[in-house]
Amino acid sequence: MTTTLTRPATTSAGSPAPDQPAPTHALSVRDLHVGDPSTGHDIVRGVSFDLPRGGVVGVVGESGSGKTLTCRAVLGILPEPFAVTGGSVEVVGRDTATLTPREWTGLRGSTIAAVFQDPASYLNPSIPVGRQVAEVLRVKLGLRRRAARERSLELLAAVQLRDPARVWAQYPFELSGGMLQRVLIAAAVAVEPQVLIADEATTALDVTVQAEILDLLAELRASTGLALVVVSHDLAVVAQLCTEVLVMRDGEVVEQGPVSRVLHDPQHDYTRLLVREHEQYGLERFLGTDGGELR
Amino acid sequence: MTTSETAYHRLSSVPSPPVLSVEDVRVTLGRGLHRARILDGVSLTVERGETVGLIGETGSGKTTLARTILGLTPVSGGRVLVDGEDVTRLGRRKRRALRRRGVVQYVFQDPLKSLDPDLTIGESLTEPLLLQGVPGDEARERALRFLGRVHLDEQLLDRLPGRLSGGQRQRVAVARALVTEPDVVILDEPVSALDAANRVQVLSILQELKAAGIALLFVSHDLGSVAGVADRIAVLHRGEVVEVGTTRDVVTNPSHPYTQLLLRSAPTLRSASADRAERAALRARLTA
Repeated sequence: MTTTLTRPATTSAGSPAPDQPAPTHALSVRDLHVGDPSTGHDIVRGVSFDLPRGGVVGVVGESGSGKTLTCRAVLGILPEPFAVTGGSVEVVGRDTATLTPREWTGLRGSTIAAVFQDPASYLNPSIPVGRQVAEVLRVKLGLRRRAARERSLELLAAVQLRDPARVWAQYPFELSGGMLQRVLIAAAVAVEPQVLIADEATTALDVTVQAEILDLLAELRASTGLALVVVSHDLAVVAQLCTEVLVMRDGEVVEQGPVSRVLHDPQHDYTRLLVREHEQYGLERFLGTDGGELR
Repeated sequence: MTTSETAYHRLSSVPSPPVLSVEDVRVTLGRGLHRARILDGVSLTVERGETVGLIGETGSGKTTLARTILGLTPVSGGRVLVDGEDVTRLGRRKRRALRRRGVVQYVFQDPLKSLDPDLTIGESLTEPLLLQGVPGDEARERALRFLGRVHLDEQLLDRLPGRLSGGQRQRVAVARALVTEPDVVILDEPVSALDAANRVQVLSILQELKAAGIALLFVSHDLGSVAGVADRIAVLHRGEVVEVGTTRDVVTNPSHPYTQLLLRSAPTLRSASADRAERAALRARLTA
C-alpha cells in the first residue's frame, strides 16, 4: 500500500551522462514564442520560467490564454501549423530546438511526460490497462515481458490503486475516472521522468478523488524529485500544490512569482479579477477574510 | 456583468406550495443480481424563486434524481410534485403535455446534448415555443429576448452550435431552457466543463435568474461551484440525502461526516485540503 517510487541507479536514455555536471533546472523556458510561422502571428509571447528539480510551477489563465500551447511546445507536440518561433526550451539542460524527431521521442516519456484532463482517451479501450503500462516499460526501457509486468504492478501499487493485480487485468471501461487517471500517472512516471506536466489532470474528477491525486503528485515529487508543471483553472489547486505560479492572458504572462504572493497579494488587475471571482463564487465566500495564510 | 448580492425577493407574501417537492422517492434499477437501489427515500423541496444546490459525487444518484423529476425514470416508491401535480403517476400523454408546457426545464453538463447540432441557435430557441403553438414572429422575438438575458449577441441566431465556444453554447442551452418561462430549471453540472471566465459568466447569469424569481436546482459534484449561488444545499450520498441546510450552515458547520469529507477534500485559496490520514478518518466514520 505504501510502496513508493525510487529512482533507479541506472541512467535512462535522455538523461545527461553521469560525468557531466548536473543541470540546475529540470526545465528552463526562456522567452518562448509560439505561433504560425506562415503568418508571422505569435499566439504565445515571451513565456519564461525555471523549474528546479522537485519544483512545482502552476499555470493559470482562461481558454485561449496560451497555457496549453506552452505545455505542448515544452513537450514538442505542437499541433499544425504552430511552431516555436522564438526563445528556448531546455529540458534537464538540453536545448530542445536541436532535437531530431527521433530524439524527441526518446526524451518524451523518459525525461518529460504528461497527463491530461480526460484519461480515458489516452488508453486503448480494448487492452487491459496494466498491459498498457507494461508496454511503456518494454518499449522505453527494453524490459522483458515478466519484468515489465512486475514493474507495472509496482507502479499501480505506487499510485495507490487497491488490488493492483486485479486492476492490471481490467479494461478501461471497468475503471472509474479517478482510477484511470492513476493508471495514466503510473504510465507517465513509469520511466522516472524528471518533469511531469499535469494539464487539468484533476478537473474532471470528484473532489474527494482530486484530493487523492493531488496527494499522489505531491508524494511523487517528494520521493523521486519529480518536477511538476500544473495547469489548472482552479486557483485553489494551484495554491495547494505549487510554489510558483504564472498567470497567463492572451498569450502573455501578466504576473508571475511565488504562489504566496501572486494569489494572496496579486498586483496585476487580471490576477486580482481571477482571485476576486474565485472568492466570490467559491467556498472562500463563507470562510471569512481572516482564514489564515496560504500554504 | 456581476449582479447585486441581494437575495431574491418573494413575489408575494402569500405562502405558496413549493414549486418542486420530492417526497420519499425510491428508485431501483436493474433486475435479479444486478438489482440496485439508486435512490433510497430522497426528500427535497425547492420553493418558488429559490436556488437549491444538490451535491453528489459519481454514483450518488444525483443524475437519477434529476431524471426522476423529469419523469424519465420510474419510481418504485414516493412521489414528485411539480407545481402540486404528481409527475410520477402521469400517463405518457399527460407527461408529454407537461413537458411541452415547459414547466420544468433541464440543462446538461455538455451543451451539445441540450442543443440539436443540425439546428441553428435561432431554431433551437424557437422550437419549444412553436411546439406550444406560439406564432413565429412572437417566438422569434422571445428567442432574441432570452439570448439577451444570457448576454449573447443576436448575430449568433443564424449559427450552428458547432460554431460556438463551449461557454457560448452553455449560455444558449440556458436560454433555451428559459424561453418557455419554466417554474423550475434543473442544471446538471452546468459549469463543470467551462473554464474560469465562462464559469463566472454562467454563474452570474444564474444569479440574475434567481433574482428574477426562477427556481433552480443546481446539481453538481463540486460544492465550491454551487456555494456562490445556492440558498440551500442538499448533500446526496449513496442514494440518500445526508444533509440539508442553508449554504452558509452546510459550508461552515457541516454535520454529516460525508459533507465534512467533501469540504475537507477541497482546497481553498486559504487552506489546503485535509491530509490523507484525516480524510481516511472521516471515511471510517462514514462506514461505521
